[in-house]
Amino acid sequence: MATVKIPPVLRPKAGGQPEVEAGGGNVGEVLRSLTGEYPETQDQLFGDDGELNRYVNVYLNDEDVRVLQGLETTVEDGDTVVILPAMAGGAS
Amino acid sequence: MATDTELQTIEEIEPFEAAEEINGDGVVLIDTREPHEYQEAHLDGGKLVPPGLLADEIATAAPDKSARTILYCRSGNRSALAAAQMQKLGYENVASMSGGILQWQEQGLPVVSPSGMTPEQRERYSRHTLLPEVGVDGQVKLLNAKVLLLGAGGLGAPTALYLAAAGVGTIGLVDDDVVDASNLQRQVIHNTERIGMAKTASARIFIEGLNPDVKVIEHNGRLDASNILDVIRDYDIVVDGADNFPTRYLLNDASVRLRKPVVSASILGFDGQISTFVPYEGPCYRCLYPTPPPAELAPSCSANGVLGVMAGTMGTLQANEVIKLILGKGNPLVGRLLLYEALGTSFTELKVRRDPDCPICGENAEEIPESEMGQFPDYDAFCAGAGGDR
Repeated sequence: MATVKIPPVLRPKAGGQPEVEAGGGNVGEVLRSLTGEYPETQDQLFGDDGELNRYVNVYLNDEDVRVLQGLETTVEDGDTVVILPAMAGGAS
Repeated sequence: MATDTELQTIEEIEPFEAAEEINGDGVVLIDTREPHEYQEAHLDGGKLVPPGLLADEIATAAPDKSARTILYCRSGNRSALAAAQMQKLGYENVASMSGGILQWQEQGLPVVSPSGMTPEQRERYSRHTLLPEVGVDGQVKLLNAKVLLLGAGGLGAPTALYLAAAGVGTIGLVDDDVVDASNLQRQVIHNTERIGMAKTASARIFIEGLNPDVKVIEHNGRLDASNILDVIRDYDIVVDGADNFPTRYLLNDASVRLRKPVVSASILGFDGQISTFVPYEGPCYRCLYPTPPPAELAPSCSANGVLGVMAGTMGTLQANEVIKLILGKGNPLVGRLLLYEALGTSFTELKVRRDPDCPICGENAEEIPESEMGQFPDYDAFCAGAGGDR
């Protein structure tokens, strides 16, 4: 199992927790097991073509999966997958 | 013992007596401290002869053994010992200034400070200058630095507070908002009395009250494509605490063009993130976030709430980054994104890499001709359209 860190904007759609456990042999499988559990997260993470939305960054541990093998990147037991959309809060 | 006898015969004079004598002719003034102390501040006309070098150097600094010679050090001990040593060497008219330069300054007498710092500044920033990583040179860098804060709100307030306290000499503030009661849970530089006042004006009152060394420049308005280059051009570093994506992308594109480092943070709820973007040394904001999220994934603090202290945590981390950049010390968050989650008190660090295909700073990004420097895309349209076709 991997730990998936859920960004604040997705938490209401993922049981309200900052992180959840999800199984899978690669990043794509882990994220699909998340969207299987919490279907409302599907549209936020993936486009109609099944690819990750460009505005969502996904990291395996501390590395962007775009510089690894993308959704095919192998996930080991105990790895952390971080989902990260941009945030703009600050001044207001 | 001989030494005791000699010490007893040393003439000691008060700083005010020394000051009167120094004003006259033919008086030789010797500073018997170490070079770093001399560098920080010394008496006008004082010649440095460190105690360990006295035997070798005193003949050069004070060639006439019959001339009136006044010695001083920090508090009066080293100069007394040096006076005794000089009497042994045949100097006939030596006096040691009691209380040293400390007492001299306490009595309001002037010193020369090659660093350009006043006595008040040396006192105010003494806890900085004691740090080897800062020192007098570093403090002077801070005093000469110009930092622009984008937003005088949640993030800008604590950042401004600590940068002002640190003696950052010029702080510019961009904000078009007025102080509202709902701001005061986190925007610590504003206060109840100033509700309704422009945030830049309220911030100025706070900063000037905290530290008269800081020059505040108000930019009471919003940054847009027509003014951004002129606003940020004169600053060394920009701190981004903007509350919207169009401004963040605009700032990124303009700061890469002008090669200005940007310390960027954002907060929401119990979560914050921060990174430092130094153009062409590390990634830019677009390398990290090539496209903005759709509106439902990018709520603002006003719609979703934010823990007040989160603004303080992330804002002071921004101030820390700024100070390191000014000093040229430590490792700023270049190529690193730091996430903070306050409920679990956990930090996560992610690597951010330069995107070779970045349209702004990538290898293939087109060189921008001078005539198009001030031309930017329509960020409102760019951000409003994001996610629409995804």
